[in-house]
Amino acid sequence: MEALRTAEDTKNMSESKNKKLSPEQVEKISHLARLELSSEEREKFAGQLSSVLDYIAKISKLDLKNVEPLAHVGELKNVWREDEVERTDVHDKLMDLAPEAKRGHFRVPRIIEE
Amino acid sequence: MTMKYKTTIGMEVHVELGTNSKMFCACPTSFGAEPNSNVCPVCLGLPGSLPVINRQALIRTVKTGLALGSEIAEFSKFDRKNYYYPDLPKAYQISQYDLPLCGGGFLMIELEKGEKRIGITRVHLEEDTGKTLHESKSGRIEDAAFSLVDYNRSGTPLMEIVSEPDMESSAEAAAYLTTLRCLLRYLEVSDCNMEEGSMRCEANISVRPAGSDELGVKVEIKNMNSIRNLQQAMEYEAARQVKAIESGEKVVQETRHWQENKEVTIPMRSKETAPDYRYFPEPDLPPVVFPQELVRQLESELPELPPAKKTRFVEELGLSAYDAGVLVADKQLAGYFEECLREFPHAKTVSNWLTSELIGRLNKLGQHIGESKVSASHLVGLLKMVEAGKLSSKQAKEVLDEMVASGKEPSQVAADKELSQLSDSGELEKIVDAAIKANPDPVAEYKDGNEKALGFLMGQVMKLSRGQANPQEASRMLKDKLSG
Ligand SMILES: [Zn+2]
Repeated sequence: MEALRTAEDTKNMSESKNKKLSPEQVEKISHLARLELSSEEREKFAGQLSSVLDYIAKISKLDLKNVEPLAHVGELKNVWREDEVERTDVHDKLMDLAPEAKRGHFRVPRIIEE
Repeated sequence: MTMKYKTTIGMEVHVELGTNSKMFCACPTSFGAEPNSNVCPVCLGLPGSLPVINRQALIRTVKTGLALGSEIAEFSKFDRKNYYYPDLPKAYQISQYDLPLCGGGFLMIELEKGEKRIGITRVHLEEDTGKTLHESKSGRIEDAAFSLVDYNRSGTPLMEIVSEPDMESSAEAAAYLTTLRCLLRYLEVSDCNMEEGSMRCEANISVRPAGSDELGVKVEIKNMNSIRNLQQAMEYEAARQVKAIESGEKVVQETRHWQENKEVTIPMRSKETAPDYRYFPEPDLPPVVFPQELVRQLESELPELPPAKKTRFVEELGLSAYDAGVLVADKQLAGYFEECLREFPHAKTVSNWLTSELIGRLNKLGQHIGESKVSASHLVGLLKMVEAGKLSSKQAKEVLDEMVASGKEPSQVAADKELSQLSDSGELEKIVDAAIKANPDPVAEYKDGNEKALGFLMGQVMKLSRGQANPQEASRMLKDKLSG
């Protein structure tokens, strides 16, 4: 099963309320977040994530016809800057932070999707 | 391809907006700087840094939307697209998901059979990634153990234009991209340099038997870095899919890479499942409610766009549709043409000299009009000398050769080469008089009605002037004097 991400998914979850996430689902979610979990942690988070989903499922059941979808929690809008250049000379400091560097580049193991 | 199959193509075009600074920070966007020199905590995704939207990038995207007839969103927001790759330092790209800045619209393309409308799905704004180099002799990732990453490009404003699957051949796809690039250059939102990667395209292509309503399985093609590449890749891929269907194989939904040197598409290694980007609203950026007054102002400030300019060149200036098309296809060429017209309002003459004489010479040198040493005012100077009869058009072409090479003024070149036509009436009159005086017999013959004698006298005038007399002027003057 795909990770849970859409309203549709949470709705589906609400139908299987109180069902704990399976170890495979937790595995999938932790892989997407590049988190390595021990089997105890998988078990623990399966419970915690399930209760979060149960809570979302409750909200999904509310009548929200007249509620505008929320794009941002703040009251702000249109915060922007003019198109002006400001240089920050952080190159050397930055390369010192790099685990490995070569000719001014960061050097990383090759990444191929498998 | 056989007529038994129909091809369907949709395009996604990414354009780097040519702003001074990046999308969410004040780092410069210059191409070709020292690696990792144009970076800061924001575009490196360091913890605690916060993005701020570049207003000019919003403006350029809205301008593009207006030129494409899109609806400009009253309410728009940014979202995070999550994935892991070394060129993406935050492990998410700030993009737009369900509320893009511009929705809908269309682009008219010109084909041999006439015009065609290509629908635009959306235009949205996002940030570019860094660049990776693979540490291997071949430069291919498969052969490399390590990659080198440069974040100078990270965070450059990137506009994505998504079309409807309205194109039905490789020629239509090429016409779409050519027309779109021309439009974006008129709008001055990007230089659209495909080789340097400031314009990139991806195409979704499928084939289906003619008469079938159901679309075939679509394949995404990447890595086409010229319009020629796009056209070749679409031809190859349509033929590949038809062959697969005819031999009973299935077309697989996948992403394929165009390999320019081998002229084939090859499947990219990828996960079996579709990527899961887990989009969610960007909490660090408040939504954008683009001001309606600014939309109206930008709309009123849009430049004359290529289709309108072409129509005007044909209808008001009397150019052929072909010549108008050649001039309008290149913003700089059209600008040069109009600059000439301001000083020398003879559109057809300017168009002829520009498109066949000057451009022909520049093409031989591999120069673009923008690199030409011949300024518009110098070209006008040359055309005025021809109009005044000071140079024959043959002489003018010789002068133009030198102008293209050296950038010198036409009058200077003509003087240096001792090229001129005698049309100064005082000078010419002396020569005509001398020719009449020296040839009494032909003069008498002409007066007796022998027209041929005039040709002989003209020859004498040209000889005495060492070929520099303006023939029309000389002939008129001879006739005047002999009939008197
Ligand atoms: Zn930056």
